[in-house]
Amino acid sequence: MTIVSMVLVAAGVFLLLTGALGLIRFPDFYSRMHAAGKCDTLGSLLILTGLASYQGFDLAAVKLLVVAVFIFITSPTATHAIARAAHRNEIPAWTAEDDA
Amino acid sequence: MARARRLRAFVILFAFWLVFSGYFDPLHVGLGVLCSALVAVFSHDLLFPYPPSSHTARTMWRLAAFIPWLIWQVIGANLHVVYLVFRPSQIRPRVIRFRTKLTHDSSKLLFGNSITLTPGTVTMDIEEDEFFVHAISDKAANDTLSGDMEHRVAHVFSETLGTGSQPSAGEE
Repeated sequence: MTIVSMVLVAAGVFLLLTGALGLIRFPDFYSRMHAAGKCDTLGSLLILTGLASYQGFDLAAVKLLVVAVFIFITSPTATHAIARAAHRNEIPAWTAEDDA
Repeated sequence: MARARRLRAFVILFAFWLVFSGYFDPLHVGLGVLCSALVAVFSHDLLFPYPPSSHTARTMWRLAAFIPWLIWQVIGANLHVVYLVFRPSQIRPRVIRFRTKLTHDSSKLLFGNSITLTPGTVTMDIEEDEFFVHAISDKAANDTLSGDMEHRVAHVFSETLGTGSQPSAGEE
């Protein structure tokens, strides 16, 4: 069980790191949002399930899983809200042609 | 009917209370019953805005079957974004615009949220039946435009999309 949770937490940390990297490397607001909003969702989901499996099945594990479910619901909602605000303020989206 | 909805709201709220409190002595459980009952009486119509129909149970089951598929999509698409982070030259971001045939608010919500959850695509705006989606690469855009997810969402809510329903795409 320890190995399972280690793998899950390590994968989660890797995804969070990738999200941070993407935040720096991607060219514009919208594509950065992909890196920040998505990798973080699955990353924290993996860390939480990893911690829950390390905990064994008890009340704390159930709480961790409930937190994971809420992140699964709220994170895309927040990403969408930010994207919509940007769209309505007519922030231009970068395309590959801009560099050509 | 209102009484049944109040009861269901109470059961859900009280289950959350038990999980979050972790104390099972009479005082805390009693307080939980009191609080859940008060909230259920005053705001059950927020939790269940529509009266339950004959579809409700079936929708719940299909939703439960939809979620594992969604998680699988999320994982696969997440790897795609990880790949893009290490190969930023591969990204071809663009805004795609299409009309959906979904009619109910809740199915549009689920569709929009599912698009946002799968990495590579973010729902920017929904105006009536028109979706504005920002896609980070060709693959991400094509996955959304293939209509597969839309059909699965329609199936969850027992909606018929009509034949040959491909989301009609347009670039912005």
